[in-house]
Amino acid sequence: MSSPRQFFTSRWGPIVTGVFIGVIAPILVKLGNPGNMGICVVCFNRDIAGALGLHRAAVVQYIRPEIIGFVLGSLIAALIYREFKPRTGSAPAARFFLGMFAVIGALVFLGCPWRAYLRLSGGDWNAIPGILGLLAGIGIGIVFLRMGFSLSRNRNAPKALGWVLPIFMVVLLLLLVFKVQFGRDASGNPTGPIFFSEKGPGSMHAPILISLVVAIVIGFLAQRSRFCTVGAIRDLILLRDAHLFVGVLALILAAFVTNLVLGQFHSGFANQPVSHTNWLWNFMGMALAGLAFTLAGGCPGRQLFLSGEGDGDSAMFVLGMIVGAGFSHNFNAASSPKGPAVFGPAMVIVGLIVCVVIGLTMREPVEG
Amino acid sequence: MSDIVTVDVRGLSCPQPALQTKQTIKKLDSGIVEVLVDTKTSRDNVSRLAGKAGWDVTVEEPPEGGFKLTLKK
Repeated sequence: MSSPRQFFTSRWGPIVTGVFIGVIAPILVKLGNPGNMGICVVCFNRDIAGALGLHRAAVVQYIRPEIIGFVLGSLIAALIYREFKPRTGSAPAARFFLGMFAVIGALVFLGCPWRAYLRLSGGDWNAIPGILGLLAGIGIGIVFLRMGFSLSRNRNAPKALGWVLPIFMVVLLLLLVFKVQFGRDASGNPTGPIFFSEKGPGSMHAPILISLVVAIVIGFLAQRSRFCTVGAIRDLILLRDAHLFVGVLALILAAFVTNLVLGQFHSGFANQPVSHTNWLWNFMGMALAGLAFTLAGGCPGRQLFLSGEGDGDSAMFVLGMIVGAGFSHNFNAASSPKGPAVFGPAMVIVGLIVCVVIGLTMREPVEG
Repeated sequence: MSDIVTVDVRGLSCPQPALQTKQTIKKLDSGIVEVLVDTKTSRDNVSRLAGKAGWDVTVEEPPEGGFKLTLKK
C-alpha cells in the first residue's frame, strides 16, 4: 500500500515503534537498567542532572546514553528524510517551566508516561493511579486547547540553533565515555561532577554501547512515526484519532509479553522496583505531568525527538526537564520507594497552579 | 458556497493544526478549505483527519515552503 519511505508515517509506524520499544525496554532491564525502567525519559534526565551535579542524590547519578541516542537517532532520521528544520519562538520560557513542572510531577509518581506503561506491563499496579492521573492531566489540557490555548507560532531559526541540543548530547556522551572529574575535595583529590552512582538505581545500567545503539534506533523510528505517549491519549479524546494510541497499546502488550518471557513480570502493589504505593500522590503527580506535557504539545520522548529535528522550543523543554529534576531532588520533592517526599505534594500543587495559569492566559496574539 | 476558507496553522505545535482544521470543517457541510501547514507531521495529521471526515485532500508544495492542503467536499 505504502512505499518504504512512507511506511513509518502510515498506520504501521507507531505500532512498529511501540513494539520495538516494548521489546527493548525489558531487555535493557535484563542487561542492567533498573526494574521496570528499561526506558524512563524523566528518570534518565534526572540521572543526567545528578551526574552533572545539579542535584546530589547519590543514588540517581548517571549519564544515560538512552537520552543521547533518542536525540541523535531523531537527528539522523530528520537529516535523511529532509525534516531537519531549525525553528523557535513559540514561548520558549513557558516551555522551560512546563518541562520543569512536568518532571517534578513525574518524580512524585516516579516515572514518566513511558515508565508508567512499562510499570503496568511489569505488573506494578501502582502504575494504575499514575495512568489515571495522566488521563486527568491530559483531559484538563484538552479543555484548555478547546478554549484556544496556544503557545503561539514558531518561526524558522538559523541552522545552527537546530544543532544546539544534538551537540549538547554529544558533549554528554563524551563526558560519559571519558568520565571526567571536575571537582576537587579538600585534599585536592579529583571528585565529581561528573558523578556516577555507586549504589541505587543510578548504578544500574545496561552496557553503554547497547543502550546507545538501541536508543538511536528508537529515536529514528519515533521521528518517522511521530510516536508520542501523551499525544496518543490526547488525539484519541480530542480528535477521535487512534493513530498514535495503537502504538502505545502495542508498547504495553509487547513489554508485557517480553517481561513474561524474561521472568520479569511480578504483579502486585508492594515492593515494586523504584515505586511507592501512595495512590493519591501517584495520581496527582502524573496529573501535573500529563497537563504540562499536553500544554507543551507532547510527551518527554517526543520533546527529545523534536529537539533532534531542530525544534529549539522542545530543546528548552528538555533543558527545563533536566533543571527541574535538579530542583525536584534539591527541594525534597522527589518521591522514594518509601513514599512521597516532604515537599512533593506542595510542589505538585504549585505546579498545577502554574500550569492552569499558563493554560488560561496563553493565547495566540492577534496580528497587527 | 464558492468561498474558500483558509486555515493558516503554520508554526503551531501539535495538536493545534489538526484541531483548528477539525473545528473549521465541522462548521461546514461542504465547500473548499485551504489549510497551510509547515511540517510533514502537520500535513499528514491534517490529511488523515480530513480524509476520515469524508473530505478529498490534495497537497501542493508552494515555492515559499511548507504545504498547501486543499480540502473539498
